[in-house]
Amino acid sequence: MAASQAVFADTGIKARLMVGMEVHVELSTRSKMFTSAPNVAHPDYYEAGPNTLCDPVVLGMPGVLPVINKRAVEMSMLVGLALGCEIAKQTKWDRKSYYYPDLPKNYQISQYDQPLCHDGQVDIPMDGEGTKTIRIIRAHLEEDAGKLMHEGPGGVKIDHSIVDLNRAGTPLLEIVTEPDFDSAQQAVTFGQTLRNICRSLGVSEGIMQKGHMRFEPNINVIIEKDGQTYKTPIVEIKNLNSFKALHGAIEYEYQRQIEDWLETGRVMKSGAKSTRGWDDVKMVTVLQREKEEAHDYRYFPDPDLVPVVVDDAWIERVRAELPELPLVREKRYTEQLGLNVKDARALIDEPKVCKFFEEVLSAGVEPKRAAAMLLNYGAKRANERGCAIHELGVTPGQIKEIAELAAADKIGSSAADELFGHCCDPRNQGQTAEALAEKHGLLQVSDTGALEGYVKEVLANPKNAKIVGDIQDGKDKAIGALLGQVMKLSKGQANPKLVGDMIKQQVRGS
Amino acid sequence: MTQPPSPKSTQLTEAQVRHVAKLSRLTVTDDQVQRFAKQLTDVLEHVATLNKLDVGAIEPMAHALDMTNVLRDDEPQPGLAVEAVLANAPGRSDPFFKVPKVLDDGSGA
Repeated sequence: MAASQAVFADTGIKARLMVGMEVHVELSTRSKMFTSAPNVAHPDYYEAGPNTLCDPVVLGMPGVLPVINKRAVEMSMLVGLALGCEIAKQTKWDRKSYYYPDLPKNYQISQYDQPLCHDGQVDIPMDGEGTKTIRIIRAHLEEDAGKLMHEGPGGVKIDHSIVDLNRAGTPLLEIVTEPDFDSAQQAVTFGQTLRNICRSLGVSEGIMQKGHMRFEPNINVIIEKDGQTYKTPIVEIKNLNSFKALHGAIEYEYQRQIEDWLETGRVMKSGAKSTRGWDDVKMVTVLQREKEEAHDYRYFPDPDLVPVVVDDAWIERVRAELPELPLVREKRYTEQLGLNVKDARALIDEPKVCKFFEEVLSAGVEPKRAAAMLLNYGAKRANERGCAIHELGVTPGQIKEIAELAAADKIGSSAADELFGHCCDPRNQGQTAEALAEKHGLLQVSDTGALEGYVKEVLANPKNAKIVGDIQDGKDKAIGALLGQVMKLSKGQANPKLVGDMIKQQVRGS
Repeated sequence: MTQPPSPKSTQLTEAQVRHVAKLSRLTVTDDQVQRFAKQLTDVLEHVATLNKLDVGAIEPMAHALDMTNVLRDDEPQPGLAVEAVLANAPGRSDPFFKVPKVLDDGSGA
């Protein structure tokens, strides 16, 4: 925020940003929230054609009845528990009425005054060190709307709008925080923390481009001038679907609201909140044209749905499903396993890769070694193939073998890398790493007889006379040049440590 | 929020009828506004009979049925064929529904 303070330095004001977040998370159940039509947020249905995931309930046909998806309720409880929330003993369903083409039945089923989860808190990592606690007001379950588009497929200009109802009825968890953020970066970190939590819980794939998570920050600025405090009017930015947009929109609003206050002196009025959209190209927020009565949602209890009562036994069953959460895991990986933060996060950010890493550990590989192998040998191949590290085909057992061969000096580091590659080759499935190392000539020659021959040959070469002299004078660095030549003669298979010792011994006689 | 005040709790004003019509995206003529104001007032008056009930001894309830936890397992069933989905649509641009050009973003989800 240093930049923005500088801009307003000559105005004699002190400004503090205040942001609360509303986050929508699409849950990846197999079927929709209130009916058995397939859920587009589940990986099995990502590629479904437009309007193929609809049934009479989704279409809002007369006479249909919604039935609650039990798993969606449990996934929401999982998120609630991970965010330290209370789970409501009783929760009910309300209709939020509004007429819009993406909402066939003209109301959205939501939870108005009895959200499933409430009063939680979650720690987010801070830039420097330590964490900050963010208070969670509530997390309630509702259904997503369909998708309204103003361009035809492929960006074709059309004189009407078109609707795809595949997304209509997808379970949607709305998480609302207290205004606990005082920088754009904190809001982004919260979004990332929440994404990591949801992915580790397996309740969302968290693919931002698919709209699995959408952010609506509520932003205003507390301004101090001449001992007086002023609060700028609260602005809600709708539907941000990337961390970049979230960051940009908050930063922009911070500047804009201070400028607006300096110009007009407008301050917050209770209950008044304006809505703005984010223009990703121009990087500005834009006031959304709205009629005030558009927010007259006329909530009332949905007569089609009876309340859900949650007893302690149910909560405990769901709690038993909770995995180790990302921040806790990161602490364990860095403090107990000795990984650096970067490696720990790289593994934890991909829950399936992290599970594979745990399997490699269970196979008996030393943690730092295991992490290094996956994130070096593994990551580059996964990148080339466009798959994830755990999908490469190499098994935890093979990784253990490679680690052991390396530890026993039977293979060098470049050979270990190559061997890892052979283990990933589908044609080599089921073979041991050692057999593959042998087959591809990767095992180091530690047979002193063979090595001695190479060393003698190199030492006898007149071109090396000066180097040999340097070594005799105690310059260990000079050994490297000869070592390289021996490695070349052995076609890279000599054990470098052994060769080094041998050179020293032969030249210095000790 | 901006609902105009009503003189009597069951008496609907013409402004209220216009407001509700607007929320429902309905176009109403002046004649209709007058007619509906009277009709809807009658409906409200009729329903207001319920206010005579003494409910002082009854706990507030979210639903008239004494049932809870009607839940289903998360088992997907195939969606309808696109042809069936679009069959009743007033406008279609296959495989999409076709609607008038929407300018403002009034989505509430």
